[in-house]
Amino acid sequence: MPTLSEADSKELLATFGVPFPTERIVSTADAAVDAATEIGFPVVVKLGGDGIAHKTERGLVRLGLGSAEQVAAAAADLLTAATPEDGEVHLLVAPMLRATRELIAGLHDDDQFGMTVMLGVGGILAEAVADVSFRLVPIDRVDAEEMIDDLELQKLLGPFRGEPAVDRAAVVDVLLGLSAAASERADIASADLNPLLVVDGRPVAVDALVEVRA
Amino acid sequence: MSAAGPNTTADRIPAERFRALFEPRGVLVAGASTHPGKFGFVSLHNILACGYEGKVFATNRDGAEVLGIQTVADIDDLPDGEIDLVFVCTPAAANPDLLRACAKKGITAAFIASAGYGEAGEAGIAAQADLVALADELGILLAGPNGQGVVSPPVKLCAQIVGPFPPAGHIGIASQSGNFVSSFENYAQLTGVGVSRAVSAGNAAAVGVPDYLEYYADDPETRVALAYVESVGDGRAFVERLRGVAERKPVVVVKGGATAGGQRAAASHTGALASDDRVFDGAVRQAGVSRAASVEEGFELAATFASQPLPAGNKVVVVTTVGGWGVVAADAIAGTDLELAALPDDLMAEIDALLPPRWSRNNPVDMAGGETRDTVPEIMRLAASHAEVDAVIFLGMGIQSNQAKLMREGRFWPDHGLERIVAFHERQDARYAEAAAEVSEATGKPVLVATELAVTSPDNPGPAAVRATGRVCYPSANRAVVALDHLWRRARWLGRRDLT
Repeated sequence: MPTLSEADSKELLATFGVPFPTERIVSTADAAVDAATEIGFPVVVKLGGDGIAHKTERGLVRLGLGSAEQVAAAAADLLTAATPEDGEVHLLVAPMLRATRELIAGLHDDDQFGMTVMLGVGGILAEAVADVSFRLVPIDRVDAEEMIDDLELQKLLGPFRGEPAVDRAAVVDVLLGLSAAASERADIASADLNPLLVVDGRPVAVDALVEVRA
Repeated sequence: MSAAGPNTTADRIPAERFRALFEPRGVLVAGASTHPGKFGFVSLHNILACGYEGKVFATNRDGAEVLGIQTVADIDDLPDGEIDLVFVCTPAAANPDLLRACAKKGITAAFIASAGYGEAGEAGIAAQADLVALADELGILLAGPNGQGVVSPPVKLCAQIVGPFPPAGHIGIASQSGNFVSSFENYAQLTGVGVSRAVSAGNAAAVGVPDYLEYYADDPETRVALAYVESVGDGRAFVERLRGVAERKPVVVVKGGATAGGQRAAASHTGALASDDRVFDGAVRQAGVSRAASVEEGFELAATFASQPLPAGNKVVVVTTVGGWGVVAADAIAGTDLELAALPDDLMAEIDALLPPRWSRNNPVDMAGGETRDTVPEIMRLAASHAEVDAVIFLGMGIQSNQAKLMREGRFWPDHGLERIVAFHERQDARYAEAAAEVSEATGKPVLVATELAVTSPDNPGPAAVRATGRVCYPSANRAVVALDHLWRRARWLGRRDLT
């Protein structure tokens, strides 16, 4: 099933209220440096394109770039790493957000139950920990609040390591946004917000991947 | 149940059509046998022996007399308009003609115990489809096939090919496994919390678990629906229908095959995390269905919904004569959505006035052996009556009667004053049970009693008296906590959706 590029995935889900960081899409290393200077260091630079679904696995994400030189080098590297199968590619420049807590959220079209929305504890151990909650689309505000309550690791959602408690209403809005996207866009086959970082208590999706039905 | 997909998408079956199945005016056993090992004998036996008060008829190939019933070889020889339900034990091939003959006599419900249908290969699947179409055409509600039967204790009907016949009560059971109907019925016998209707859906060719549950929502005899399911077919339709029931009455579901569906090889991380069980679990939570982790928990939840009021909040007071059980109950509560209430000052002062100073002065309220004749009922009443307390769990019943039993059975009985103290002990335990029920009724709050004696020594006057009040004596503090947690979660689900 075809996937939208990260940039298009974000654009689509942003219209349903999913919060993303400010980021720029550019096509050259020089433009990446300009974008990084505007956003402020450190930044993340990723290679994007319709044919690119799992960037981390391919090493197409460069984190914590602290200077113009680092951005220029990383951008040049990424452009070289593009393969013909990737089709048209671009560079995505975003602020490097620091977060100790990661959530994951998404949409999954279940064989038996149809479209579902998910919230879970994120990070590299997400699948091993599997602290997740599903509901059938559409959900209402109460359903979304109960999804948050379902998570076992409630301690992660309270005040944590000097950071404020997770803004539950903002997480509810993310889940309602995903549900609304699935309801209004029948062509959405799945969606991942992974990770959904908790920055100063508020959820921000730094990556998004939407699969669409052909 | 895998012989045929359960009927999860059909239109709702009108409630009045189930009357012929659960409250028939007369019952016909088709294929009654003279051999006491055959289903056609056993079902007739159970209908007669359990005291069904309507008319009972039977067919037998040779027109033999079975269990005092003069059978007929030909249904045409039976009276018109006196029979509502046929219990079918005849071979599959004979059943189409049988149903036609039954319809002529005014029969409007059939429980097909016969096998040889959807579970029996392609020919069986075809025969099942034909039977469904025929029943539909004849206006017969078709239960089964390949099921163990239907019971309806309020009318003393036990049209079942196995035991037991449970006591009458308010739990409506529907199961995709016949055996679990019996399991739930066995627990009904053990606890004394009875059953309104129970049915094994068999292959669920025309009537599936959701159909029965929807009927239970309308059925005045049923207060809570209890289901065992393995396959749910169209999952979305299934949970939507269960939600419709859950908005009206508690629905408890035990799901088999919870671990069968693994994670999918999915392009998305969300898909990789979407195991069948996680999606099912979220869907039923959303629908307000209480999911039980095991068969015994399923029955206990249903029995709790049938016999206790819903709490208005999650603040629990644990009252105990035995310190350790109080500690363990507190641990169990910590793992749920319940909370141990902080003892309010006024309640603390009231309890202080009843107990020597060594009591725990905390929740759990451990009386530390300081209780006298009226202390336990009085503390239960004080705790449950307090505005900041939503539920009470009492632990430590039956200990006195357990000692009394040793005295009764020992060689000193009844001398040395044993008779008098034994009578006191046994009276006390019965009083505790009665007080728990009375306090619960007076305050409208759940009051649960737990002791392992419920299973280790069910004749102990404590558990026996709990049964007499129509409530469950929980076999452990943990199980009482789990049941109470489900009561609270349902109350909260209803409250958040303005459904109370």
